[in-house]
Amino acid sequence: MTPQLSWYLALSAVLFTIGAVGVLIKRNVISMFMCIELMLNAVNLTFVAFSSFFRDVSGQLFVFIVMTVAAAEAAVGLGIIITIFRNRESLDVDDASTLKL
Amino acid sequence: MQQTNLLSLIIFAPLFGALINWLIGRRVRHERFIGLVACAAVGVSTIVAFYLAFKSDGALRTTQPVMDHLWTWVQVGGFRADFGLAMDRLSGVYALFITFVGFLIHVFATGYMHGDRGYYRFFAYLNLFMFAMLTLILADNLLLMFVGWEGVGLCSYLLIGFYLDKEEAAPAAKKAFIANRVGDWGFVLGILLLFWITSHAGAPSISFFDKAGVTSALATVAGMPVDGFGWGAIFAGGLTSVAFLLFIGATGKSAQIPLFVWLPDAMAGPTPVSALIHAATMVTAGVYMVVRCSVIFTHAPTAMFVVAIIGAATALFAATIGLAQNDIKKVLAYSTISQLGYMFMACGVGAFVAAIFHVMTHAFFKAQLFLGSGSVIHGMHHEQDMRRMGGLRKYMPVTWLTMCAGWLAICGVPIWAGFFSKDEILWKTWSGHMPGVPPGVNKALWFVGAVTALLTAVYMTRLMVMTFWGNERFVTQVDNLRPEDTHAQSKSQINNLRHMPHESPLSMTIPLIVLALLSTFGGLVGVPYALSSLTGGHPENYFERTLAPVASEVPETAGSTSEKPAELHWLSPAPQAIDGKPAVQPAEGSSRADAVPGQEEITQERLFTLISVLIALTGISIGWFMFQNQPLRQMPRLLENKYYVDEIYEATVIQPILVVSREGLWKIFDLGVIDGLVHGLGRTVVNFGKTVRYMQIGFVRVYAAIILAGAIIIVGYFAYNGAHALQFLTK
Repeated sequence: MTPQLSWYLALSAVLFTIGAVGVLIKRNVISMFMCIELMLNAVNLTFVAFSSFFRDVSGQLFVFIVMTVAAAEAAVGLGIIITIFRNRESLDVDDASTLKL
Repeated sequence: MQQTNLLSLIIFAPLFGALINWLIGRRVRHERFIGLVACAAVGVSTIVAFYLAFKSDGALRTTQPVMDHLWTWVQVGGFRADFGLAMDRLSGVYALFITFVGFLIHVFATGYMHGDRGYYRFFAYLNLFMFAMLTLILADNLLLMFVGWEGVGLCSYLLIGFYLDKEEAAPAAKKAFIANRVGDWGFVLGILLLFWITSHAGAPSISFFDKAGVTSALATVAGMPVDGFGWGAIFAGGLTSVAFLLFIGATGKSAQIPLFVWLPDAMAGPTPVSALIHAATMVTAGVYMVVRCSVIFTHAPTAMFVVAIIGAATALFAATIGLAQNDIKKVLAYSTISQLGYMFMACGVGAFVAAIFHVMTHAFFKAQLFLGSGSVIHGMHHEQDMRRMGGLRKYMPVTWLTMCAGWLAICGVPIWAGFFSKDEILWKTWSGHMPGVPPGVNKALWFVGAVTALLTAVYMTRLMVMTFWGNERFVTQVDNLRPEDTHAQSKSQINNLRHMPHESPLSMTIPLIVLALLSTFGGLVGVPYALSSLTGGHPENYFERTLAPVASEVPETAGSTSEKPAELHWLSPAPQAIDGKPAVQPAEGSSRADAVPGQEEITQERLFTLISVLIALTGISIGWFMFQNQPLRQMPRLLENKYYVDEIYEATVIQPILVVSREGLWKIFDLGVIDGLVHGLGRTVVNFGKTVRYMQIGFVRVYAAIILAGAIIIVGYFAYNGAHALQFLTK
């Protein structure tokens, strides 16, 4: 039984949903951040699956772009998180509700 | 066409004088200097006007107008309006008497205004008025004429309100201004409609004369068929509407029913102003405009009829009020309204030349009477109530004698100026015809005119008797003065009563003498054939001969086309490119003026002249015997209170407008609708902001949820509608 396209898509949807729900329900900023990464990778998985299914390499190119963006985002995001932590001694996003540091 | 820049000197000399007095005179504050500048400015105008009118090829000698194109003002497509001046025979006559009478009044005012704090201001305004008035009459198109028209309105406003410390002056000035605005509304609409009509005729224009690149609007109108007679024509948007709207403008400026109410109040201004603006010149601008546009009026018999009726009604109405006034200037003011009514009656029956003749003689004798009254007021230390005068001829012999000339002239006693012009109007009213109107109307108008002439003689005699004859009532306080009449006078009035009246200085009496001579002999330029032929010599009506070319003639029947041979001599054919061709251009010396009337007609005219003389003498004797012994005779309350016209206007026009403005426009429309809209808009934005504020509470996870919801909606939309919803991407 070879893996079907729909399996990959189903897995991707599950991962994306977990990520989305995680962003919504988690308070810890690190967890939220990881959930975002999870959503990105779920999309990556879709790209790769379609790329393989359609025999089209451009999907994989997109994946590289997404990974690059994710890396950049991780760098910036972690920097922000560290700053917030230094200022507030807390990683709870609900504490950072005044739209300023 | 003659092109000469001298013409613009006529209008710009007074403007220059006004500027000098306003800028330098106010610092110098030297009465000699200010008076000299003002009089010299008008003097220059007078000399230039006389030169241009009477030189060998001057405006009054040839049919070609003297023109001065200063600059092109408006040029839109085929339409052009210039800042250009033109002096033809009509504006020439006007310019002559305006500058000359104006000059005399300026000289008079240097004496009358002596010691006033606003001396420089007065003469600056007066010169500015001369500039505006001369612009009005010398303008070669309706647009520039309107500039002058508004200019004289402004100066009238400024001068009526000249006495800043006088309680009634400011409301009087406002009243004059607002009543004139009502008239100007009609005037502007008339100009626009004329432009519209000439545009449809293929030659958009509002000019009076043909020039290079400009077609005369009057020539275009002259080539059009005559409107039919009927009330519907007024609203049909044709020539009748134009004439009617222009006449509304004239009723405002020339104080006719229903807009005459401002003129009596305008007497709050200094007396020279009353003489110059509210008797001799500005108020006759309406007559000038009607005569200038006489082609339009003769093409609109309905409008002519209205003009005649309004004129006759105003003449009679104002004369009856004039009977019962006690303020010397108020009597003269109502007399002016009445005489203006005469002029419009003449215009209405097609006797345009007679109207202009009366304008001119009226300028002489009414300016004389006003200046005479000014001299009396000056000599009486600013007393205007005739009930506190009497017996003044002993104290002011020059004023008395000169005013007698004006008195006889306005009453219409033979050889005095008013006799010829008034008689001419009455005769033309009787003998004229108005197309579409039964001939009985002319007779009725004549009757109204005759009754008015009688009343005129009565009230003018009353004025003279109360002022110059009888016992000297200024010595003792008059008993039967009602208290409401005394409060108008200033506080120092009681003290002034102790001063004896005195004759005025030379600067005031000399203009009086000149004007008295003009009132006496000025009418001799227009002696009708029926009278001049009595003496045998000089059987030529110089005035009518001069002016006949500029006035249009009433067509025989209403609704006829203007193809009749009788009119061909003044119809210009197709618009021509010849410069300066007047709109209405007959051969030199119109056949009308030269034609010797039939013997029967002459006899009839002589008979009517006799009737006029009898009417005048009867009026004078009635006035004499009624008021000689009883100068303080109680006049009917209705007349004394001016038929309550001011009160009626107050109740029917002013109060409703005030109530509608306050309760409707202000409290409902302004506060409700306008403010409601603005505040409502503000409240809506605030409320919307209050609602959407809850989306921005600062919790990151809420933002994330909103983003997610948005994404789900978008994706869901495309998922639901399928791939074809994405087709816009491939387009």
